[in-house]
Amino acid sequence: MNPQHSIEQQLKFLLQQGLPIHSRPYEQLARQVGSDEATVYQLIQRWQQEGLIRRMGAIADHHKLGYQANAMVVFDVPGHLVDELGQRIAATGQVNLCYRRPRRPQWPYNLFCMIHGRERDQVLQAINDLRNDCELHAFSYDVLFSRRQFKQCGGSYFRPVRSGDNHYGH
Amino acid sequence: MATDQQLLLADPLNRQLINRLQHGLPLCHAPYQALAEELGTSSSDILQRISQFLDSGLASRFGPMFQIERAGGAFTLVATHADEDDFDRVVSIINARHEVAHNYRRDHRLNIWFVLACERPQDVPQVLQELELATGCRMLNFPKEQEFHVQLYLPV
Repeated sequence: MNPQHSIEQQLKFLLQQGLPIHSRPYEQLARQVGSDEATVYQLIQRWQQEGLIRRMGAIADHHKLGYQANAMVVFDVPGHLVDELGQRIAATGQVNLCYRRPRRPQWPYNLFCMIHGRERDQVLQAINDLRNDCELHAFSYDVLFSRRQFKQCGGSYFRPVRSGDNHYGH
Repeated sequence: MATDQQLLLADPLNRQLINRLQHGLPLCHAPYQALAEELGTSSSDILQRISQFLDSGLASRFGPMFQIERAGGAFTLVATHADEDDFDRVVSIINARHEVAHNYRRDHRLNIWFVLACERPQDVPQVLQELELATGCRMLNFPKEQEFHVQLYLPV
């Protein structure tokens, strides 16, 4: 196996578990993958520039931060307007996520937003504001409040390097 | 009685740090030291506070957020319906899969919504088929077709 490749794969596996809580986190990682601090730091910087890493920071648990009300708001928007309305909704700062997704049988909605709030009323008010600000009154919509969160973790995609692996991601 | 989390959130510097961390970590070799200077404390204090956030569950993770599609993987949103008397069984089957990143009960006929994170796009239909067989519930796949970018920020 290409040693550089192996370092990259091991580093991704370790980073998935989080950045070390250590005064020199990159040096700590370098020691674990058998490299040096500068190489590891540059790799991580490159991954951020390339977009493999969206950002480096804390993934807050919104429930525990006091954001107990969480609603998925979905709209049925004509195909030729999705792009414009999606951008308009995202730009309001009222939603935490905004995606276009396919319609399904008995599910006419194709624009999905997520709104977090401290209380249900606050979320309903935000949805109302959103419909006004983005002129969404013509489109049918639905609000799916979350009742209970069963699981939240980062998911795990990167596997550790094993002998015999000669490529990554396949 | 106040929980660990409430006690942590009662501390103004903790709130400042949580808000600051949601905007990302400074890009430098000693990022905690840089944070410490920004917030007027020591780097060992920052390290201790971040460990407490993780131990208490205030932060579920600390570190990089990977754009999984760029790594060759696939994320998708899946919904299903389970009858009330069968609900717990279905949820536990779904949650047992390591590909399931989070899972919510929602107010709708489609009452279970979860995110699947697979190492390869071709694994998604496989996992869904296995889940349908194990649960007896039809899984509706809602892959992301387009993302409109917003920054998640939850000030405390």
